[in-house]
Amino acid sequence: MDLLRLQLSEAGLSEQKLIPPPLWLLAEITYKCPLHCVFCYNPLNYAENRNELSTAQWIDVLQQARKLGAAQLGFSGGEPLVRDDLEELIGEGHRLGFYTNLITSGIGLTETRIARMKELGLDHIQLSFQDSTKEMNDFLSSTKTFELKSRVAKLIKQYDYPMVLNVVLHRYNLDHVGRIIEMAVEMGVEYLELANTQYYGWGMVNRDQLIPTRDQLERAEAVVNEYRAKLGNKVRILFVVPDYFEERPKACMNGWGSVFLAVAADGAALPCHAAKSLPGLQFPNVTEETLQNIWYKSDAFNRYRGDAWMKEPCRSCSEKDKDFGGCRCQAYALTGAAENADPVCSKSPHHSDVKQIVMQAQTKPVTAEEKPLLFRTDANSMRYASIPIKEERNKVP
Amino acid sequence: MSDLTAKPKLARLFRMQWEEAQGAYVLLYPEGMVKLNQSAGEILKRCDGERDVAAIVADIEQAFGATGLEPEVNGFIEIATERGWIV
Repeated sequence: MDLLRLQLSEAGLSEQKLIPPPLWLLAEITYKCPLHCVFCYNPLNYAENRNELSTAQWIDVLQQARKLGAAQLGFSGGEPLVRDDLEELIGEGHRLGFYTNLITSGIGLTETRIARMKELGLDHIQLSFQDSTKEMNDFLSSTKTFELKSRVAKLIKQYDYPMVLNVVLHRYNLDHVGRIIEMAVEMGVEYLELANTQYYGWGMVNRDQLIPTRDQLERAEAVVNEYRAKLGNKVRILFVVPDYFEERPKACMNGWGSVFLAVAADGAALPCHAAKSLPGLQFPNVTEETLQNIWYKSDAFNRYRGDAWMKEPCRSCSEKDKDFGGCRCQAYALTGAAENADPVCSKSPHHSDVKQIVMQAQTKPVTAEEKPLLFRTDANSMRYASIPIKEERNKVP
Repeated sequence: MSDLTAKPKLARLFRMQWEEAQGAYVLLYPEGMVKLNQSAGEILKRCDGERDVAAIVADIEQAFGATGLEPEVNGFIEIATERGWIV
């Protein structure tokens, strides 16, 4: 008996060693956000679940993740500054040896708070802007925040932080990309992330109004390249091409359950920030299971790990170790099955659907007048709340 | 060929640390990480802004009981400079 148990535990150990440890912990500490961005990737029904982990629970998550091997820690949300224990969590993250990143809209970042964060060892701040103009920034976020963000950008430099400026791009601001780069240079930004909208969550609902034309995209890319040549290493510009316009999918999350572990505000552990959109997956909660079990043993993290789950054309594809079949959430959203190839790939039998969407944006774009943009607000979110149990029961005869 | 009297040090954006889970030194920077192989780790951890390249070479040769490592050290320092890891 004892011998058998020993052999089993050894087998368990070696099995575990085949799965690499998580390296990135994204702590989405709250879904509350003062902004209402139309391209937010948060779940549509975020407002339905108001449970948030306590400070002690988050500290436990950080300790467990660090022990598993995670070295990068991102605080995100929602807007992480909404929580007044953020400083305490940053301090704990630093003490544990994480490289700590704050991913923020800047709203709520006062001088007192940034000074305290610096003292506690925060390593880096990524600030988002919606546009280079006050009007468009404020329109897209449905707030009056441009000037506030500009003051925060100055604070970040004043406290000697490396600054990453993030601007999400789409039809309404792609033509401003030159001015956005100029703004970044003025701010003294080290990295500029020009991230074309990825269509998840609120971004997906607003996709038809946000998707640019191919011409617009090519013009923007040419402008980016001109600035790259001009600025050299002074500002590193990352231009994330929208994958609908590509022929090969992105290596989403560097593979499911490979390096990335997100913990949502309510404690759900996710292999990708958009994973809650996938049906039929039960996401384990950190309040019920250890991170070790979640990462190595849970069905959710093992479902699309490796390549045994793949169907054709991925299964026999020579590039499957490069892009891992693309994004599961996108495969589900566009083909109805998460195990299908990401239809961004030209080898996918559904690729023509993506081409169709891109084509329509060129020839017959849906305007915001025809179909109003849906802002990420609590009221709009409640429209996507799942049917209350009571109502569902009433349907049963 | 890098200057033997230069005193390289890690750039402000980067932090280097030993990661037990990976059994390697890593370079951490905003939202990213580079896993270093053994020789890269050994060279980089000596880039402290106080030792010059000649001293780094001598130190590594002594630590590993080897000679003639200057080209390897120099080659790595060039790459690391190009990538902005050291200044």
